Amino acid sequence: MHRIALTVATPDLDAEVDPRFGRADFILLVEPETMAWEALANPAREAPGGAGIQAAEFVAQRGAHAVCSGDFGPKAYQALEAAGIAMYRYGSCRTAREAMERFRAGELPAADPPRRR
Amino acid sequence: MRIAVASGKGGTGKTTVAVSLALSLLTDAAWKRDQRHPPLLLDCDVEAPDAHLFLHPTIERREQASILVPRVDEGRCTGCGECAEVCMFNALAVLGERVLLFPELCHGCGSCSLICSEDAISEVPRVMGLLEAGPADGLHFAHGVLNVSEPMPVPVIRQLKAWARPQPDQLTIVDAAPGTSCPMVETVRDADFVLLVTEPTPFGLHDLKLALEVVRDLGLAAGVVINRDGIGDRGVEAFCASENLPILLRIPFDRAIAEGLAQGRTLLEVRPEYCSLLAQMARRINDAVLAVRSVEA
Repeated sequence: MHRIALTVATPDLDAEVDPRFGRADFILLVEPETMAWEALANPAREAPGGAGIQAAEFVAQRGAHAVCSGDFGPKAYQALEAAGIAMYRYGSCRTAREAMERFRAGELPAADPPRRR
Repeated sequence: MRIAVASGKGGTGKTTVAVSLALSLLTDAAWKRDQRHPPLLLDCDVEAPDAHLFLHPTIERREQASILVPRVDEGRCTGCGECAEVCMFNALAVLGERVLLFPELCHGCGSCSLICSEDAISEVPRVMGLLEAGPADGLHFAHGVLNVSEPMPVPVIRQLKAWARPQPDQLTIVDAAPGTSCPMVETVRDADFVLLVTEPTPFGLHDLKLALEVVRDLGLAAGVVINRDGIGDRGVEAFCASENLPILLRIPFDRAIAEGLAQGRTLLEVRPEYCSLLAQMARRINDAVLAVRSVEA
C-alpha cells in the first residue's frame, strides 16, 4: 500500500500544514486510496543538526513513498532522493486534507531540486 | 598558567585587552625577573581571528586543522543502520540500504566506526581550517582560521590548543570568540582565570551575566574589565558588586583610543600608561591563581 507522509502542526488529517520538513511537530502518514491515516510525533524536530536527514530516514522506515511539506533543504532532498521518495510541496494548501485531495487529483506541485551553491 | 579573555557581547574589546595584556608583560621588569618565557597569545576566535592585525606575526609554522570523518566500504556495508543510529548529529543516514554521508555535520567522534559490526567504516581526515604560529613583537603567537562556510569552529580550536602547546611555565593568554556557545566554552574550559571584558551598558550587562553563568558552571575564577568606561549606566558595577566579581581594570571611552584601534594600533601604543596597569593586573591574577593552587595542594 502506498503511503504519503505530510508534515503537520497537530496529529490529525484536518491539521494545519507545517511547512518545515525536518522540524515539523508531527508527521501524518496517509494512504491515498482509503485516506486511512496515522499521525506520529516527528523524532527529528529537536535534533541539534541534521533534522531533515533524520526525518527523511524516519519517513523511509515508515514506508512512505512520497512526502509533502513546505519545501526541502538540500540535505533532506538528497536523503529523500536516495530513498526513492517523491517530494511534493504544499503550495497554497492549508490543511493536510486539502493537500491529500490535491495529491489524489495529481495537482500537488513537485519539489524543485535544491540550488547548487 | 592560562588566562582566557572572553565576553558575552561582541565588540567589547577582547582582542584589545588580550593583545595589550600580552605586550604589557614584555617590558614589565617584575614579570621578566620571574618568567623565562614571553607570553603565548592564542587567538581562538577562529571564525574571525583578528589579533594578527595588531601583532603582525611572522608565521613560521602551519598545520591543517581537520577532523576524522567516516568513509564507508560499500562492499562490506550491509545497510544495517547501526552507524546512523549511533550518530548524534545525523551525519550518516541509511536509506534504501545505502549509507549516505553528510561530512559537514560530522563532529569526528568516531562512534560510527567503533559500532560497525562489519568493519565497513574507516576514518579519513576532512580539512576545516588552518593553524598558524610564529613570533610577533617579542610574543609567541598562534591562531586558527576556520575555512569559509565551515559550520564547526570547535575542532579547530581544540586542535589549535593542542598544537600551540606552551612551555610548562609559560603564560598563555587566549582570546575567545564572543558569545557563550561551544567555541567560547572550548576556549575557556581549561583556563586558570577568565577575564570578562564588558561595556557599562544594558547590552554589556545582559551578555556579561550569560558569560558569568558559563564561567561559574565550569568552576572557573573570573574578573571583569570594563571597557568604554564612562558611557551607559551603573548596571555592570552594581552587578559585579552583588556577584562579588572583581572589576580589575577600567579603560575609558576615549576617542583617541578608538581612532588608534581603527588604525591597527594597540591600546599600549595609544595610551602607554596602560602598560603598567595591565602588567599589574596580570601579576595579580598570576599571584591569585598560584595562591589558590598552593591552598589546594
